[in-house]
Amino acid sequence: MRGKFSNAGERILAAIRKFLALIVMVGPTGFWLVLFVFVPLVFVVVISFMQRGDYGVEAGFSLQGYLSVFSALYGKTIGKSLLLALETTALCLLFGYPFAYCMTKAPKKMVSFLVLLIMMPFWVNSVIRIYAWRTLINDNGYLNMLLEALGLNTIHLMRTNGAILLGMVYELLPFAVLPLYNSLEKIDPSLLEAASDLGAKRHRPFLRVVLPLTMPGVFASTIQTFIPCLGLYYICNMMGGGTDLYIGQVIERQFLSEAHNWPFGSALSIILIVLTIVMMKQYTRIGSLEDMA
Amino acid sequence: MDQPIIRLTGVCKSYGDNEVVKDLNLEIMPGEFLTILGPSGCGKTTTLRMIAGFEEVTKGQVFLAGVDVADKKPYERDVNTVFQNYALFPHMNVFKNVAFGLVEQRIPKAEIKERVQAALKLVRLEGMDNRMPSQMSGGQKQRVAIARALVLKPKVLLLDEPLGALDLKLRKQMQHELKHLQQELGITFVYVTHDQEEALTMSDRIAVMNAGVMEQLGAPEQIYNHPATRFVADFIGESNIMEAYVDSITESGIKCVMEFGDFTIRRGDYADEEMLYICVRPENLRFTAEPVAGFNLFGKIKEHIFMGSICKTIVKLPNDQEVFRTAPPSDGLLPMDSVVHLSWRPTECSILRTKEEQIYNVIESSVEMEGFDARQIL
Ligand SMILES: Nc1ncnc2c1ncn2[C@@H]1O[C@H](COP(=O)(O)OP(=O)(O)OP(=O)(O)O)[C@@H](O)[C@H]1O
Ligand SMILES: [Mg+2]
Repeated sequence: MRGKFSNAGERILAAIRKFLALIVMVGPTGFWLVLFVFVPLVFVVVISFMQRGDYGVEAGFSLQGYLSVFSALYGKTIGKSLLLALETTALCLLFGYPFAYCMTKAPKKMVSFLVLLIMMPFWVNSVIRIYAWRTLINDNGYLNMLLEALGLNTIHLMRTNGAILLGMVYELLPFAVLPLYNSLEKIDPSLLEAASDLGAKRHRPFLRVVLPLTMPGVFASTIQTFIPCLGLYYICNMMGGGTDLYIGQVIERQFLSEAHNWPFGSALSIILIVLTIVMMKQYTRIGSLEDMA
Repeated sequence: MDQPIIRLTGVCKSYGDNEVVKDLNLEIMPGEFLTILGPSGCGKTTTLRMIAGFEEVTKGQVFLAGVDVADKKPYERDVNTVFQNYALFPHMNVFKNVAFGLVEQRIPKAEIKERVQAALKLVRLEGMDNRMPSQMSGGQKQRVAIARALVLKPKVLLLDEPLGALDLKLRKQMQHELKHLQQELGITFVYVTHDQEEALTMSDRIAVMNAGVMEQLGAPEQIYNHPATRFVADFIGESNIMEAYVDSITESGIKCVMEFGDFTIRRGDYADEEMLYICVRPENLRFTAEPVAGFNLFGKIKEHIFMGSICKTIVKLPNDQEVFRTAPPSDGLLPMDSVVHLSWRPTECSILRTKEEQIYNVIESSVEMEGFDARQIL
């Protein structure tokens, strides 16, 4: 009888101990996650169902935020923003992949220097760097001065969608290069020798061995450029014309400037988050399918 | 016989100042099983890589089927490699791995399927088509690597320590299977290993390498029984190596002296006072209670080590050098610390000489003295 009793007691004690250990281990992380991710998200969700007011939001339930999103106007905004993200991602991969590939071929000493080059922009505030770009591509900026000096036609880039694309690619390229470099560097060189030994010529070893093996890196790069691109509103603000808005800018304007429509801004954010999650899910599913093949 | 399928003439390889393969001359015949044997870092892999075309030769020439392949890329050489680490493509299943080379040759799908199945059958991996390399054991991966190379029907297969990662039992089994495959298909195998037993059991000929130099090339029996250099004697099997000086040359033989004894060897082209290495295999060393004619060598029994089918007896010579004998345990063990006289049959020792750093074996020149008995010398 006594044995059974103490057994149960021991079991409860063990369970408590286990629970305490769990709290100690994941506690801090969990705490920060709740504080900085979960709570703000709940705020956004709650606000998205409230009424619009003079200072942005007022108590009371309303679906107006969501209904405004589905007006035709914003469908175009979302489409346009996704297109920009797509273009940015494609260009980042296009420039980033060869760059990362060259890095793996460079001598070891050179590599740390190249990584330093990639990381260096992070030491300066992004807004300042984008501002620097403006002075470069202004209609009478350094780029056009150079073109003129060379006797070529000047180009009008500032305050166009092209300038926004340029800013995005510039800002996000490092985030594309690093995962690509990581996955390229992991490839065992003997796999390329094996491919060559088995008769693969010229571009074939790259096509059949390197590219498939770096797909995880390509996926990581895509996610690291596509998602931030939807949110980097200040690049659109600083480089764009300011008339034809992107989704990040629309959301920003609901909170920070003229519009003062918090429920609408929140609803737009939620829809953007859901859309992104759905697309990424779909994307990684294609990815894992390709891995199997 | 036809011309050698692989011929290396004066091949050297240096990385910077580091010369890792030195003046290698080697001819390999079609259908031969040639093993390159040597300790870690002696240049075995480098040699294979030069034949396969992954590494350029610094000096010398490589001929494949009589053609100098200096400017031929790996995919232009009619050899295939089984890599030390298998190098299977991790993103492809077994079927796609094995089909890789056939796809590159643009062979019709149906034929690819047929040939891959046949290759998998050959290495006994039927039905494993859809496995990924990460889901396979070391032995299975190794067989995939072999199938992937064999399916292309190369004239030569280069194998770099293909059994290195396997346990003893699986390794023995694979040795047998590989040898069988090689004989069945009539492919030339160039096989790299640092396992001397593997080399002795599988090879037609063995090239023993040490520090970039090929020290001896010959059939397994020849290498084992008549090592050409001190290194070979030490590396292949176990040897008792004793240093002795030529003391006097007489009608009947040559008297050699050590610090503490002497013995007589057959006549040979030795100079007075020349230093010789006498190597005796442990199974050929004999212990007797009474001195044997021609030998004045003795030691004290120090230890018996039981090793299963044989027993190793260690004897300490007066100069503290230890020599040992192996014999079946049933032969009866002499008591510890008893004094024994050492001897061996003259045909069962190898005499190595040092001369301008070159050491060579002279036993072969005196093989006609077979049946010679040490007792007749005195
Ligand atoms: N790329 C290289 N650069 C410089 N030195 C090298 C290079 N590859 C090999 N070496 C050197 O050449 C020597 C021979 O190497 P190799 O790989 O041929 O040895 P191995 O006989 O195959 O040894 P193991 O049995 O350990 O595989 C080694 O001393 C090694 O350090
Ligand atoms: Mg090696």
